[in-house]
Amino acid sequence: MAQTLTTPAAVAAYPIEVTNMVKRFGAVTALDGVSLRSEQAQCLGLLGPNGAGKSTLIRGIVGRVIPDSGTIRIFGAEASSRAAREAMGWIPQEIAIYPRLTCRENLVCFGKYQGLNGAQLAEQVAWCLQWAALEDRAKDPAGKLSGGMKRRLNMAAGIIHQPRLVLMDEPTVGVDPQSRNRIFEMIEMLRGRGMAVLYTTHYMEEAERLCDRIAIIDHGKIIAEGTNEELVRNAFGTRTEVAARFGGEPQVVAAWVEQRGGRMNAGTAQFTIERPGEIAPLLEEASTRGLAIDDVSLRRPNLESVFLHLTGRELRD
Amino acid sequence: MIIVDVVRTAVTGLRRDRGALALSFVLPIAFFSIFAVIFGGQHDTVPRVHILVVDEDQSQASRNLVQALEREGSLDVDTKPDAKNAVDYSAATAEAAVKAGNAPVALIIPAGWGQHPIGFGPDGQNAPKIQLLNDQSDAIAPQVVTGMLQKVAMTAMPVSMADEGIKYTQKYLGDLTPEQKKRWGAAMDDLKARQKSGWVATDTTGSPGGSAGGSSGGSGGVIAVETRGVAGDHRNKQMISFYAAAFGVMFLLFTASGSAGALLDEQDSGTLDRVLSSRVTMTMLLAGKVAFNTLLAFVQLVVMFLWGWAVFHLDFQSHILGFIVMGLCTAFACAGFGILLASMCHSRGQLGAVSTLLILMMSSLGGSMFPRFLMPAAVQKAGLFTINAWAIDGFTKVFWRDLPVMALWPQVAVLLAIGVVLFVVARRIARRWEFS
Repeated sequence: MAQTLTTPAAVAAYPIEVTNMVKRFGAVTALDGVSLRSEQAQCLGLLGPNGAGKSTLIRGIVGRVIPDSGTIRIFGAEASSRAAREAMGWIPQEIAIYPRLTCRENLVCFGKYQGLNGAQLAEQVAWCLQWAALEDRAKDPAGKLSGGMKRRLNMAAGIIHQPRLVLMDEPTVGVDPQSRNRIFEMIEMLRGRGMAVLYTTHYMEEAERLCDRIAIIDHGKIIAEGTNEELVRNAFGTRTEVAARFGGEPQVVAAWVEQRGGRMNAGTAQFTIERPGEIAPLLEEASTRGLAIDDVSLRRPNLESVFLHLTGRELRD
Repeated sequence: MIIVDVVRTAVTGLRRDRGALALSFVLPIAFFSIFAVIFGGQHDTVPRVHILVVDEDQSQASRNLVQALEREGSLDVDTKPDAKNAVDYSAATAEAAVKAGNAPVALIIPAGWGQHPIGFGPDGQNAPKIQLLNDQSDAIAPQVVTGMLQKVAMTAMPVSMADEGIKYTQKYLGDLTPEQKKRWGAAMDDLKARQKSGWVATDTTGSPGGSAGGSSGGSGGVIAVETRGVAGDHRNKQMISFYAAAFGVMFLLFTASGSAGALLDEQDSGTLDRVLSSRVTMTMLLAGKVAFNTLLAFVQLVVMFLWGWAVFHLDFQSHILGFIVMGLCTAFACAGFGILLASMCHSRGQLGAVSTLLILMMSSLGGSMFPRFLMPAAVQKAGLFTINAWAIDGFTKVFWRDLPVMALWPQVAVLLAIGVVLFVVARRIARRWEFS
């Protein structure tokens, strides 16, 4: 008997519940005991450097990767089940639409693939065109749209059936700032309709702006999870970040920064300090070492700092 | 030096592009081999002409003729069907067998033929003539058989030849003297003894073309032959149907492969992942693709045959039912072939190379480029592993032989089976896109 996601138990279940998922490809362990859970109407961010296991995890959630061990449940149903597929909308990173079909035809096509018909389909197509601000381009072939418009149509095709969970895999890649803002508004609109969202991105500011909770994955493991504030607090406590740029030989600067417990990031030395009083001795020591101070700034550690702190890499690496 | 670098880069690229390598080296060699086998003078595999012989005369002369024909290496003579307990062919059953395509030629030796087997002079014109019933889709076989008949008359029937000769000598030059008659009688006795012992029946394995000295009418030889086409009454018009089917199938295969390649485009663009994350399963998706490609291929055939009807006066309207049956089955098999190739390949480039290689080889073996009946027997058998051969046979039955739809069952069954098997294999291979 087919599972249904309208029972009280299913409604109460977590949108995503991954438990101890392990997936190996030959000698490579892509996921090494990953557990992850999202809440109803919550946006869960998934951050990780390239090769960390994000794609494998997402493909597992959409039922396309079969775990070697562990379970994946979508509103309580097996990830590969029809019930799970119906409850889920997937917006892949690629522009996964038919370029020769018009915007409307694309939406009708994917709507039918999701089982919509008649008035319900027409209503959803109209809503999606409006949601994606593509009403005036409805009759244009998708291949002739601008990059930002294609992205929006790509998103609309993923939510045409009004899923209760939406997986968004870097939906803003390659779009201009204006289109990105439009996409943020679209996502916030979905959250306003009670949809749960799993959002992967390479842009920290997007995760900070959109996500209620963030999970950081590296080497196939979830290495941190929490709200933005929790992640920063857990990684840095009450410490503050000092960013300084020094003149002089880069190797000499880097050696001294490392010796002082800091790290170099794009030519900028970064230190974390417990109290403001630690700044003066730091700069004094740099001066006595003959390092000219070009610029100094103080800032509260942010998500990017957390990511760098935990993975040793920038998110875009 | 820069030119050398350019060459080196191109060589490296070619070396790593297996499809291009196959097209560059495997395809020409494969084609060369196939056509070398077909045309290349491999005498031991020269096709034997299959003929049906009906001896209504049952005279000594007719029996001698049949036996001599049976001893000819270039002929495959049947006097009755292969089936167990089968009875000898009659004129009617032999004609039906030629119409059905079981043999390209049937010889009917009429009653009374043995009275005047050799057709010298005007008297011979009134004697019963051997009937040669032929299938006009095979232009070569009747000429080979006619030539063989004349050869056999010269080499295997010396008694008849001499007997007829002396009759005409006496008729036009006057009676022989008693002494001449005595000597002639002794010589004839000796000749009869020799003919009985079979000394004259030499096997001929030379090229059929070399023996085929007679015209298609055959009436100019020593044995009078009356040729009648029993399949394909309007030869030129129906030949169009052969070409339409032969080229149609080849292009259907190309179309189906290209169209099925959309699956690879969808995989590249991520659309396949999106589709499979909806209610659409891989089986549904592949079935939909096969249905579309079947329809596309069928419409392509319809257009081709309609063009043949409009421009080349192909008799389309009186064969519509057979065309629909054969067209749909052929289109389905081609669609199955296309979807299998698409599921096996990893890129459009690979699909293009593999499909070109396979389709051209199948088309050359299966009769799309060259009629199969002209190929050696072994190559003809190999052709049965191609969609082309079964499709062309089916269309020939419809347009050439005017056979009823029920007669298409072997072609229909094989083409449908090919389509189903290829689809099932494709579905299995496509699992790689579903799960990892």
